[in-house]
Amino acid sequence: MSFPWANEYTPKVPLMKWIDERLPLPRLVYNAVGAGYPVPRNLNYFWNFGVLSGLALMIQIVTGIIMAMHYGANDLVAFGTVEHVMRDVNAGWLMRYAHANGASFFFIVVYLHIFRGLYFGSYKAPREMVWLLGLVIFLLMMATAFMGYVLPWGQMSYWGAKVITGLFGAIPIVGEPIQTWLLGGFAPGNASLNRFFSLHYLLPFVIAGVIILHIWALHIPGSTNPTGVEVKGPQDTVPFHPYYTAKDGFGAGIFFILFALAVYFAPNMMGHPDNYIEANPLSTPAHIVPEWYFWPFYAILRAFTFDFFFIPAKLLGVLAMFASILLLFFLPWLDTSPVRSGNYRPMFKKFFWILVIDVLILGYCGGAPAEEPYVMISQVASAYYFAHFLIILPLVAAFERPDPLPGSITEAVLGKDYDGAETAAVAAE
Amino acid sequence: MVRIGAFLVGLFFSGWLLVSFIMGAVAYVSEPPAPTAEHEFHEHPKHVSYSFDGPLGHYDKQQLQRGFQVFKEVCSACHSLKFVAFRDLEALGYSEAEVKAIAKSWAIKTPDVDPKTGEMSTRDPAPADKFPKPFANNVAAAAANNNAIPPDLSLMTKARHNGTAYVYSLLTGYQGQPAELLEKFPDSKTPAGLHYNPYFANLNLAMAPPLTADGQVTYDEGQPKPTVDQMSKDVAAFLAWTAEPKMEIRKQSGVAVIFFLLIATALAYMSYRNIWADKKH
Repeated sequence: MSFPWANEYTPKVPLMKWIDERLPLPRLVYNAVGAGYPVPRNLNYFWNFGVLSGLALMIQIVTGIIMAMHYGANDLVAFGTVEHVMRDVNAGWLMRYAHANGASFFFIVVYLHIFRGLYFGSYKAPREMVWLLGLVIFLLMMATAFMGYVLPWGQMSYWGAKVITGLFGAIPIVGEPIQTWLLGGFAPGNASLNRFFSLHYLLPFVIAGVIILHIWALHIPGSTNPTGVEVKGPQDTVPFHPYYTAKDGFGAGIFFILFALAVYFAPNMMGHPDNYIEANPLSTPAHIVPEWYFWPFYAILRAFTFDFFFIPAKLLGVLAMFASILLLFFLPWLDTSPVRSGNYRPMFKKFFWILVIDVLILGYCGGAPAEEPYVMISQVASAYYFAHFLIILPLVAAFERPDPLPGSITEAVLGKDYDGAETAAVAAE
Repeated sequence: MVRIGAFLVGLFFSGWLLVSFIMGAVAYVSEPPAPTAEHEFHEHPKHVSYSFDGPLGHYDKQQLQRGFQVFKEVCSACHSLKFVAFRDLEALGYSEAEVKAIAKSWAIKTPDVDPKTGEMSTRDPAPADKFPKPFANNVAAAAANNNAIPPDLSLMTKARHNGTAYVYSLLTGYQGQPAELLEKFPDSKTPAGLHYNPYFANLNLAMAPPLTADGQVTYDEGQPKPTVDQMSKDVAAFLAWTAEPKMEIRKQSGVAVIFFLLIATALAYMSYRNIWADKKH
C-alpha cells in the first residue's frame, strides 16, 4: 500500500482471481493484514497490543451478543436475568465472566497500546491522524464500558450512573436539563437502562468502524518502530504475514492465558461486591467507585476541593477530568521534538516514567475512599499530570539534546557494518 | 499558539491543584479529622479455610447439606433465597425424590392463583420453584424485623468483600461492646434493638444472634458436632454455593483450558521463532 516494494496480490486459485476482478476484497485484506503490508523488522513486543485490542473487541462482541439473547433491559427484571445467565443458561457463567473480565482486559491492552505510543512518539508527524482516531476509539470505549456497567442493575450500576451523569449537572444553567435528558428522567430508571442497553449494543460497531479508519490512516505512512527512524528501503521491512502474524499469534496465546486465569479462577477480582446487590435508589453505598479503568480520571475529578472564585470546585473537577483526556488530542503539537523514540531522548525518558508512576498513583487514589491522605495525594499527582503534558513536554522538546540516532532500522538491528548480502537478497525477492 | 494556550491551561489546573493541596494540608494539620468508632473497631473477616478454596477446590457435599439444614431451620425464617430453586439442591447430593420431599414439606408456601376461582392462594412448592420468600413484601419484612429488611441471601457471599469468611465471622462475631470503645466514644453505645458485631460495617447490626447455642440444629450421625462455630462455617459454605453454583465446573474447565493454552502458546512461540529464524531483529 505504502512502499513500492510491497508484495502484490496475485490470486493462485481461479475462484479468487474471479472474485478479485469483480470485488477486490481479497486484495484489500492481503494489503491490510497479509503479505502485502511491509512492516519494520525491529518491532518489539509492545507492538503486539494493537492486534490484542482488536482481539479483545471481538471477544466483547461475541460474548455480548450471546448474553443479549438472555438479558432483559428492564429495571424490574435486569438483575434477575443476569443471574439467569449465570445459573440457567448453558455456559452462561462463562459468557458473563468473559464479558466482564474482557472489558478489563480490553482496557489493559489499550492502556499499554497508548503508553507504547507515548513512549515511542507514535503520535508524531506523519501519524497524527492515527493518534487522533485512536483517542476517538478510547472515548467510545469509555462510553461503552460505562453504559455496560449499568446493565446488570446492581448497586454500583445504579449509583455509578447517577454520579457520572451528575457530572453533566455541574455545568451551569444547562447542566441539570442535560442530565435529565441523558437519563430520561430525574434519576436513573427504566428509561436510562433501556437507552444504555441500546447504545451499549451500538457503540462497539462504531468502534469497529473507527478501528478501520485507524488502520487505514496507519497504513499510509506505515508503522513506526522502536528507533523512530523511518523505513528507508526494503531491507528495513518484513511482510506483515507471516512475520508479524506469527508474532501476534504468540502474543495472543499469552493474552489468552492471562485472560483465562482471570475468567476461570478469579472472575470477580476486578469487579465490585456491591454490584451483586440489586439496585436500590433508597440505599447509597458507603463508597461509590467506578470500574478500575476509570480510577485515574475519577481521582482527577475528586482532586478539586476548593472553588476558584466564581467557579465551583465540582465544575472545576468535571472540566479537569474531560481536559485530562482532551489534552491528548493536542499532543502531536505540544511535543515538537523531531526525535520520535524515547530511547534517544534522555530527558523525555525520565519524565515519561514519572508519568507512568503518576498515573498508577492516580489510579490507586481514584479507587480509594474520598478521604485524606488520598485527596492530597491525588492533588499533587493530578497537578503533575497536567504539568507533564501541557508544560513539561513542550519545554523538554525545546531544551533537550537527543542522543544520536542510528542511520537506519537495519543499521540499528545489525550494527553499522552489516553485511550487504541480506539487503541484496531482499531486493532480489 | 497551541503551546501558549496549553501552557496557560496547564498552569491554571496544576497551580490551582497545588493551592488546593496546600489549603487542604493546612486544614488537615490544624484540624485533623476526628476518629470514628467504625474506623477503629471494625474488624476484617476472620481467616477460615474451605474445601472449595484454591484453583482445584470443590464443594464438600456433606458440608453443604449441613449448611442447608442450618439455612432451613434458622435463616429461612427471615431471609429469602430468591435465585435458587429446589431442584438446584440435587447438586448437594440429594436425590430427585428427596428434593421433591424437601419442597413439599417446606414451611413457607409458594404463592399461586387458585386454578378454579382465580383467587390468590398458596400451594406446596414444587422442585422447579424458587425458594418462596418468608415475607409477602418489603413492608411486611420491615414491620416484622424492627424496620430492617433481611437481605436476600442468594448472592450474599459475592456481595461482600471476602464474602464466605465475612458470613462466618458475622455469625460468630456477636459480643458485648468493648469497654474501651465506650470509654473513647461515649456516644457510640449500641442502640436498643441493635446488636454489637465488630465484623459489621457500622458495628451495630439489626439481626439478633441467630446461632446462639451448640446443638441448636441437630446434625445426622457421623457428622461433626453442631457447635455454633461449625454451624456458622457450614451455612457460610452453603451460601458460597448458592452464590456460585457453577464454581466446580468453572475451575475444572479452567484447568483444561489453561493446559490447552500452554501447549498452543508453546507451539505459537516455536512457529514464531521458526519463521523469524532467517531474520535478525
